[in-house]
Amino acid sequence: MLGKIVARSRVKSPWSLHFDCGSCNGCDIEVLACLTPVYDIERFGIINVGNPMHADILLVTGAVNHRNRKVLLNLYDQMPAPKVVVAIGSCGLSGGIFREAYNVVGGIDKVIPVDVYVPGCPAKPEAIIDGVLAGLERFKLA
Amino acid sequence: MTSSYAYVIAGMVVAPIAGALLSGMDRIITARFQARMGPPIVQPVYDVIKLLAKEQTVVNVWQAFCAYGYLAAAAIAVVLFLFRSDLLLIVFVQAVGSVFLVGGALSSTSPYSQVGAHRELLQILSYEPFLVLVTVGIYLETGSFKVSDVLAWEQPLLLKLPFLFVVLGYALTVKFRKSPFDLSTSHHGHQELVKGLLTDYSGPLLALTEIGHWFEMVLFLGICALFWATSWIAMVVIVAAVYLLQIVIDNVSARMNWRWMLGYAWTTGLILSAVNLVWVCHG
Repeated sequence: MLGKIVARSRVKSPWSLHFDCGSCNGCDIEVLACLTPVYDIERFGIINVGNPMHADILLVTGAVNHRNRKVLLNLYDQMPAPKVVVAIGSCGLSGGIFREAYNVVGGIDKVIPVDVYVPGCPAKPEAIIDGVLAGLERFKLA
Repeated sequence: MTSSYAYVIAGMVVAPIAGALLSGMDRIITARFQARMGPPIVQPVYDVIKLLAKEQTVVNVWQAFCAYGYLAAAAIAVVLFLFRSDLLLIVFVQAVGSVFLVGGALSSTSPYSQVGAHRELLQILSYEPFLVLVTVGIYLETGSFKVSDVLAWEQPLLLKLPFLFVVLGYALTVKFRKSPFDLSTSHHGHQELVKGLLTDYSGPLLALTEIGHWFEMVLFLGICALFWATSWIAMVVIVAAVYLLQIVIDNVSARMNWRWMLGYAWTTGLILSAVNLVWVCHG
């Protein structure tokens, strides 16, 4: 009973942290567009917090490079459980067209475990919202 | 004796629920001002339950102690208010709670927490003296600090203390963490110094600070309602009007800096308080 209340509250109140791992900002603009009145993800209870200690969902864009992989790992570790990671855009999924570059690690799942992959270049806001809502399924299982 | 238990239960159970719904209304109204839909009205309840169920990461034991201290002081202040006790005592109990919150933030070495804590102290400096002056004004008018005597006063206080009511409005803007005075940590999830004062509070401790904030909202709106205590409808209208005004001001102002806040609050606060107190004394 209490578990159901907690699971429902986790689904209804996912606070997101957005981090750019070397993205061209295309996907980042689409993520922030979700906060605008046209898409308004706050109606799902989603707040964009800047503090990993307050966040449940980590939205990551960009093909990771060897410097910001440490920051990404740091942010992921600071987030308390339960947490969901959403990788956004082709760069985030696999490094995209930058995959073979010498400085690119090549995708977010090479650094932290990813729960949802949202493809696109840039990913559409509708797809990002779908991805976040799919990620919330994790909270239902927990 | 049974009525005492009823007051305590009303204070400890009904007040945070009312605070949660008020907070939810705040988010919906703000969203509508911004041409958005906004979350459901019980969203703050979902937020707090989710936070209570998060993994606990705490900086040190003092931070946890201070979070509990803040919640306890806010709850005690509300229960004292429901017992119609001494208004000066109520103001000081909630002040102790605010200082606990600052202490918890200072116990962390994170620069965001530290600067946020210092800004919160400056905010307290901006409104706390004026809360005391408002209480003094109520004493000069009714002859008593006790809420029970204020409720028994035949004339609405607003007629004799209008400027002190405005000063109370400024204190509310600071207390509710609304622009232009939301320097230490902003409401609505906006980011200032990451989350300023509340940066290192997370999970269950953040939930406790949020519940403490609900208690304080109810307490301060209750003090506003005292200004027309002769009629229930007038009390509801005053509370609704003040709350709506705070939300409007939040949406139309930008965040200012502490020098402006301190200068503006003290200048207008002292002038308005002085005028009203002299008027009450000699009018």
